Amino acid sequence: MIGLPAYLTLAALVFSIGLFGVLTRRNAVGILLGIELMLNAVNINLVAFARFSGNVTGLVFTLFTIAITVAEVAVGLAIVIAIFRVRRTVEADRLDLLRG
Amino acid sequence: MAPSVGLPLAVLALPFVAFVLLAVVAPLRRAGRLAGLVSILAVGLAFAAALIVWARGLVVEATWTWLPADGGPIASVGLLVDSLTQAMLVLVTLVSLLVQIYSLAYLHDEPPASLGRYYTYQSLFAFSMLGLVLAPGFLQMFMFWELVGLCSYLLIGYWYERPAAARAAVKAFWITKLGDVGFIIGIVLLWSATGTFEFTELFEKAQAVSGLPLIMFLIYLGAVGKSAQFPLHVWLPDAMEGPTPVSALIHAATMVTAGVFMVTRAEPLFALVPAVLTLIAWVGAFTALLAATMACVEGDIKRVLAYSTVSQLGYMMAAAGAGAAQAGFLHLLTHGLFKALLFLAAGAVIHAVGTNDIFRMGGLFRAMPHTAIVFIVGTLALAGVPPLAGFFSKEAVLGGVWEAHLSGPFLMLALTALLTAFYMFRVVFITFFGRAHAAGHPHEAPWLMRAPLWILALLTILVGLRLAASGVEGHEEAPGWLAPLSVGLALVGFLLAWAMYQRGAIAPARVAAVLGPLDFMARRRYGLDALYAGLYRGIMLGFSRLIGWIDRYLVDGLVNVLSALTLRGGARLRGIQSGQAQDYVYGVAFGVLLLIVWAQLWR
Repeated sequence: MIGLPAYLTLAALVFSIGLFGVLTRRNAVGILLGIELMLNAVNINLVAFARFSGNVTGLVFTLFTIAITVAEVAVGLAIVIAIFRVRRTVEADRLDLLRG
Repeated sequence: MAPSVGLPLAVLALPFVAFVLLAVVAPLRRAGRLAGLVSILAVGLAFAAALIVWARGLVVEATWTWLPADGGPIASVGLLVDSLTQAMLVLVTLVSLLVQIYSLAYLHDEPPASLGRYYTYQSLFAFSMLGLVLAPGFLQMFMFWELVGLCSYLLIGYWYERPAAARAAVKAFWITKLGDVGFIIGIVLLWSATGTFEFTELFEKAQAVSGLPLIMFLIYLGAVGKSAQFPLHVWLPDAMEGPTPVSALIHAATMVTAGVFMVTRAEPLFALVPAVLTLIAWVGAFTALLAATMACVEGDIKRVLAYSTVSQLGYMMAAAGAGAAQAGFLHLLTHGLFKALLFLAAGAVIHAVGTNDIFRMGGLFRAMPHTAIVFIVGTLALAGVPPLAGFFSKEAVLGGVWEAHLSGPFLMLALTALLTAFYMFRVVFITFFGRAHAAGHPHEAPWLMRAPLWILALLTILVGLRLAASGVEGHEEAPGWLAPLSVGLALVGFLLAWAMYQRGAIAPARVAAVLGPLDFMARRRYGLDALYAGLYRGIMLGFSRLIGWIDRYLVDGLVNVLSALTLRGGARLRGIQSGQAQDYVYGVAFGVLLLIVWAQLWR
């Protein structure tokens, strides 16, 4: 039987990979994918805790998270497309409208 | 309200109503002559009320609480009418009325709006002066004292487009303020010692006050500034930049006598401090002599009269200092009449000739006999020739000073009497007789200007005759040789002026050469103006420059350094904001990591 720490380790790894992707990818779509990974790491955590504590709240919460993730990706991609239309690029380095 | 309070209150309120009306209703003020008529009507009614007060001999003391406090009011306002006030009320309203009528013709060429402004100031001045005269306490007196000073400033600077007038106004204001600082400190010290501003209460309590000499000296300083005593007399000659009627009203008959009036009013207080009284007498006599010598070399007709005013104020102060305040006050009243007369007559001459310089006049007797006659009447009164008003009051002053055993001041005043006759007849001979130098055809002044002149001249004669008939109070005690002496001195002065400027027997230049250093100093006003200018430039401007340097380089520098640091810091910090979301996320992640590490270590 695999214990809780193994699940948590997996989740941490996935989260770190996602964070790495968000920080290093130059492509906006790649950044979105990284965010997806981070969210799913959270989901793994939730499910693992739910399973080992015998409480279903975490499972229900995961369903909500997945739904929200989908919506978030939809909005994110829409923004990426909008940016592409205006700036003709999705390279994150070029998108510095917030520059001080 | 009792009628006895109502009448003096009406005297005070009428000019105030006129002032408010003119100040608030702009179209009325801009109407010019109409504004003048409103002002004249108000002061005329006030004059009538003042006459009734005087004729009935009303004695009123009424106070109203102004600043209530536990254990009695801190300050109150009110009216104090006694024989002193009655006479002053009549003098102030009379001269105000005549001057305002005279101004209507004198300032005929002024634009209407400007004329309205003039009458607004005039009404305010009449109100302030009457309030000063009616004040029952030092606090109220001080407030009206300052108001009078403000009006003086406004009226000297009436032609404010002229730089000389603006400068003279500021000079008059500042120099009188110098004395007023002492005045207010003295009042407050007196209040803290006795707890009251009211004269009647002060007279009872003052004996117990310690340090009274200092307090009274400080209060006297106010009179030094206002009544142009040495060494603060320098503003009065410069104040002649104002219109001539203003000089007649404010700088001869009323405002400048406020200091003498104050000393007379507070005489029971001054009587407690003989040292200060002696100082007042000496300073007064010295001022009289100093100003008289300067009048002898002055070529500007108004400035001669101004120095003469300073000199006569010295007389009044000397009398007050000698303990003969009543004599000083009598001289104040008679001097108010004939000096206003002289100024108004001089104004008529200036109006006709268009210059102030007596050496560019001459032979005007034939062109303007009315003005010449009233001017000579005023001159005779000022020189102290019986039976004109000036003779009796001047003799009373001399007698009072003699009785006080102040031989130094007495000699100075006697010499001043000689000089007074000399410089006045000098002006008379140069201006009205001799060869004509005036350009164009001088003409007699319009009747609106002549009427006040004749009224004042007649009053000067009538008051003199009245004094001759009734005798002056305390006159009997004066030594018998005093009257011949003072007439003799006047005669010597007259003969000297006649010999020098009419007959030509003595060349003025030779006299000037004999009295070389004195002539030199008098022409330079004894260097006092230069001294003040130097002090002003050296100390005031130097100090201002120092402060300016500190402000510009230290205070502003600090602010500039701070702002520069902020700007540079901002420029540095903005480099962090790359505008790229990834960098920010990086920062957040790093921060979270740090927090986790810190939380682990802390635990």
